[in-house]
Amino acid sequence: MSANNKSNQEPLFSAKNTKLLKKPFNLENPITVQVLGICSALAVTVQMKPAIVMALSVTIVTGFSNLLISFLRDTIPARIRIIVQLVVVAALVIIVDQILKAYLYDVSKKLSVFVGLIITNCILMGRLEAFAMGNKPWPSFLDGIGNGIGYGAILVIVAFFRELLGSGKIYGYDVIPKVVFETGYVNNGLMILPPMALITIGVIIWLQRSRNRELVDKS
Amino acid sequence: MKAVRKYLDKVKPQFQKGGRFEKFHSTFDAFETFLFVPDTVTIKGSHIRDPLDMKRTMSVVIIALMPALLFGMWNVGYQYHLSVGSEAGIWENFWFGFLKVLPIIIVSYVSGLGVEFIFAQYRGHEVNEGFLVSGMLIPLIVPVNIPLWMVAVATIFAVTIGKEAFGGTGMNIFNPALLTRAFLFFAYPAQITGDLVWISGLTGNAQVVDGFSGATPLSSAALGMFDKIPPLSDLFFGFIPGSIGETSKLAILIGAFILLATGIGSWRIMLSTLLGGIIMTLIFNAFGANEYMKIDALTQIMLGGFLFGAVFMATDPVTASQTNRGKWIYGFLTGVFAILIRVFNPAYPEGMMLAILLMNTFAPLIDYYVVQANIKKRLKRVKLAVENK
Repeated sequence: MSANNKSNQEPLFSAKNTKLLKKPFNLENPITVQVLGICSALAVTVQMKPAIVMALSVTIVTGFSNLLISFLRDTIPARIRIIVQLVVVAALVIIVDQILKAYLYDVSKKLSVFVGLIITNCILMGRLEAFAMGNKPWPSFLDGIGNGIGYGAILVIVAFFRELLGSGKIYGYDVIPKVVFETGYVNNGLMILPPMALITIGVIIWLQRSRNRELVDKS
Repeated sequence: MKAVRKYLDKVKPQFQKGGRFEKFHSTFDAFETFLFVPDTVTIKGSHIRDPLDMKRTMSVVIIALMPALLFGMWNVGYQYHLSVGSEAGIWENFWFGFLKVLPIIIVSYVSGLGVEFIFAQYRGHEVNEGFLVSGMLIPLIVPVNIPLWMVAVATIFAVTIGKEAFGGTGMNIFNPALLTRAFLFFAYPAQITGDLVWISGLTGNAQVVDGFSGATPLSSAALGMFDKIPPLSDLFFGFIPGSIGETSKLAILIGAFILLATGIGSWRIMLSTLLGGIIMTLIFNAFGANEYMKIDALTQIMLGGFLFGAVFMATDPVTASQTNRGKWIYGFLTGVFAILIRVFNPAYPEGMMLAILLMNTFAPLIDYYVVQANIKKRLKRVKLAVENK
C-alpha cells in the first residue's frame, strides 16, 4: 500500500468495520443466534479461568485464521479450499496450544482436548467460508476477532453463573461469605453438570430473543 | 360467600378496561375464577360450554391428593416419635406433622404462584391454573427435612424453565412438580437422599432409639439390605419413612379412585404403568441374576413412589400422551423404565421420577406415530373400498 493512494482508502475503523466487530455481540452472536460452537461452551464453562483462556484462544485463532485465509483467498483453488483452511487453522491451534502448555499449564490441563478441538469449532470454518473467502484481510481480521469475542462473552457469562452458583467462587476466589454457608446455604450441584450449561445458554437465548423481536423465527 | 360475590362485583369495574387497576386484570381474574365458576357463555353457534373448567378439574385433583397429604402429615409425626422412642396419640402425631409440612406447602405455593403471576402480568394474559396441583404435589414428593429455601429455588426453577419458557400451562413438556424434584435431586443430593432426611429433626448426631434407621425401604433395597424391607402391610398402609405423600399406598389408592370416578385421571395410563412395572419385575424374576431382581412384583410396586407417580404424575394430562393407544404405550414404558432404573442403577434409587420425565420427552413422539399409523390404516381402507367398487 503506497502512500499516495491512502486518501481513497477507508479508515481502519470505519463505520462498516466497527460494525463487523460489534455485530457478533448481539444480532449475529455465534452461540446464541447461529448456535455454533455449543460443545466447547458446555465443556469449559465450569469455572471462569478456563473459560476466559478458551475465549482468548478462540479469538486469536479466528482472528488470525481469517486474516491469513483472506490473504490467500485468491490463490486457493476452490476444490481444495477446506484442506487449506484446515492447515492454517491447525497450525494456529498448535501454536496456541504450545503457548498454553508452556505458560498456563494448569489451565491447559483443564481445557485438555478442547484446545485441540478448536480446529473443528464450527465458528472457525463458518467465518472462513462465509467471510474470509470473500473479503479483504483487514475486515476479515476484524470479523474474526468480533466473532471470537462474541463467543467468548457468552462463555464468560455462563462460566460466571456456573462458578458462582456451583462452587461459590468467582475466578477461583471464594466470594460467598462463610456466614451464608453456616445458615444452611449449599452450593448447587446441578450447576457443575453440563446440562445446566445448556439451560443457562437457553436462558440467555430466551432473554435475547424477547428483547430483539427480529430474531424470533416466524412460523 | 354472598358477601364475597358482592365485594368482587363492586371492585370488578376497576379491573376492567379503563379502570384504575386495569394492569392487574389478570390477577383479579385469577382470584375471581378461583372462587366462583365463571359465567362465560357462548353467543354464536351451538357450542356448549362445560362448566367443568380447568380450575374445577384441578380442584378435584387437589381433593384426590388430600388422603395422601393428611396421612403424610400424620406419618411425619409418627416417624418422629418412633425415632426418639416416645409414644404419641393420633392427634399429637398429626399436629406435629402438620406444623412440619405446612411451611413446605406455603413455600411451594408462594414461590410457584409468584412466578406465574409475574409472567401473567408481564405477558398480559390470565393466570394459569396449572400450578394449583403442582404446588400441592411438590410438598408430597420431597423429604420432610428439606430446607425451605431449596424448595423455593427448585420451584422457581421448574416453573420458569419447565413451564413459562415453553409458554405456560398446557405447553410444558415436563411435569413441573417432577422437575422440581429432579432439580433438588441433582442440585442438592445430600438434602434429598440418604438415611437422615426422611425423619423430621434427624441429623448426624441426633439421639435415636437403638436400631432405628431412617432409611426408606427403597434405599435399603438399593444398598442391598433386602432383609430391612418392612412387611407388605407396612408398605401398604405407609408406616415407613419416605417422601411426605408417597408412603401410604392406601391413601394413594383412595386418590386414584376419586380421579377415576370423576373421569379426570386416565385409567389407561394408570393401568398400563402398573402393567409395565409388573411385567418388568416378572422378567427380572425370571433372570434372577441378583437379589434386587428377585424381589416379587407386589413389593416392587409398593416400594418408593411408584404408585404415587403412576396415579398422580404420569397421568398429568399436559405431559402425557393424548391419544388412547399412545397412553397405553406411554404408561407401559414408564413402568418398565421405572423398574429398570431402580434395579440397574442404585445411584438413582427412585426410578419413577426419571422414568416419567423420560417418557414426558417421548410423549409427543408417541402421539405422532399413533396418529400417523391411524392415517395409514384409514388410507388403506379407503383404497381397498375404491378398488372393490
